[in-house]
Amino acid sequence: MKVIIVGSGKTLFFLCRNFTARGYKVVIINRDKDECVQLSRQLSAMVVCGDGSDTGILKQAGAMGADAILAITPNDQDNLVVCQLASLTFGVPRAIALANDPDNTEIFEKLGVSAFSTTHIVGSLIEQRASLEQILNLLPVGEGRVNVTEIVLEADSPVAGKLLKDIDLPENALIAVVIRDNQPMVPRGGNDLQSGDRVVLITLPENHGPVLKALTGERK
Amino acid sequence: MKNLMKSSRYIVVVGCGRLGSHLANCLSRDGNSVVIIDRVERTFNDLSPDFSGFRINGDATHMAVLKEAKLKNADVLIATTHEDNVNLMVAQVAQKIFHVPHVLARVFDPKREEVYAQLGIDTICPTSVAADMFLQAVANGGKRKNGAAS
Repeated sequence: MKVIIVGSGKTLFFLCRNFTARGYKVVIINRDKDECVQLSRQLSAMVVCGDGSDTGILKQAGAMGADAILAITPNDQDNLVVCQLASLTFGVPRAIALANDPDNTEIFEKLGVSAFSTTHIVGSLIEQRASLEQILNLLPVGEGRVNVTEIVLEADSPVAGKLLKDIDLPENALIAVVIRDNQPMVPRGGNDLQSGDRVVLITLPENHGPVLKALTGERK
Repeated sequence: MKNLMKSSRYIVVVGCGRLGSHLANCLSRDGNSVVIIDRVERTFNDLSPDFSGFRINGDATHMAVLKEAKLKNADVLIATTHEDNVNLMVAQVAQKIFHVPHVLARVFDPKREEVYAQLGIDTICPTSVAADMFLQAVANGGKRKNGAAS
């Protein structure tokens, strides 16, 4: 597999080292001459010095025969244009852009470029670890816009013993299923929650943390 | 007055450099409602005193800034920053997400211009325009109609 990576810094370095270790053929495009010299000394990758959104430079990097291109510069506009040029001009089958601004993930997708946001990824990882013991399962659906989470209520949960209708949940959150004694049921306002219940929650990434807090209590 | 009303459009100009500020001044003088966006606040000093439009200090590649400019109500967007990629991104966002009916972007690199013409983005390339004029002048035997260079 041949991969072109446009970017700089440590992310680029370690990504490239990983890829070459797996036997991929990697070409780096970087604007800074000194960094290019360093990279070519430290890595077994071809290094092209220049602007990745210049078709001449992409051609030099062998974009014509590349299987994938990854644009991870700190500037979203550059990442977008690099990917568009690579796929439109050179027909690179997979073009993936880093969206530094998480809002741009959706925009890039709408403009036809696959995008990912490290803020989203790291954020949800931290949230998952933060209350790890009680989370049994976490499943992002709808391109990550909805989380389905399974938790177990402990005795010190602030909602244990309460009726569902008395529980103050943030907006856009739902207690979808309660599993008690291995019996799943879809609860209504008149049902209560007890310690030991396994609860399946539907949340959005933006209210995921607050909803978990409401059900499990403040954690140190 | 009738003419003024007729030609009044809502125009967003991105980049308040030499080109952007000049366009904003002209368009505002012609009776359009103009909003100008630039990352650097001091560039707004280049606007003429009779510029009657709005100034937004911010990065146009951020959605929040474009929303603040009420881009979804705009008739025209002109992207004039000195960075091709910023202009291309803003133009695409304006056209595909805010559905602005008329979008124009300045692109210096003629090769990039071709690709975005395919995507339906109207671009103006100062490099090609200047090159055409130079070539014409050369073909005319060096006689220039106006201006003089040393």
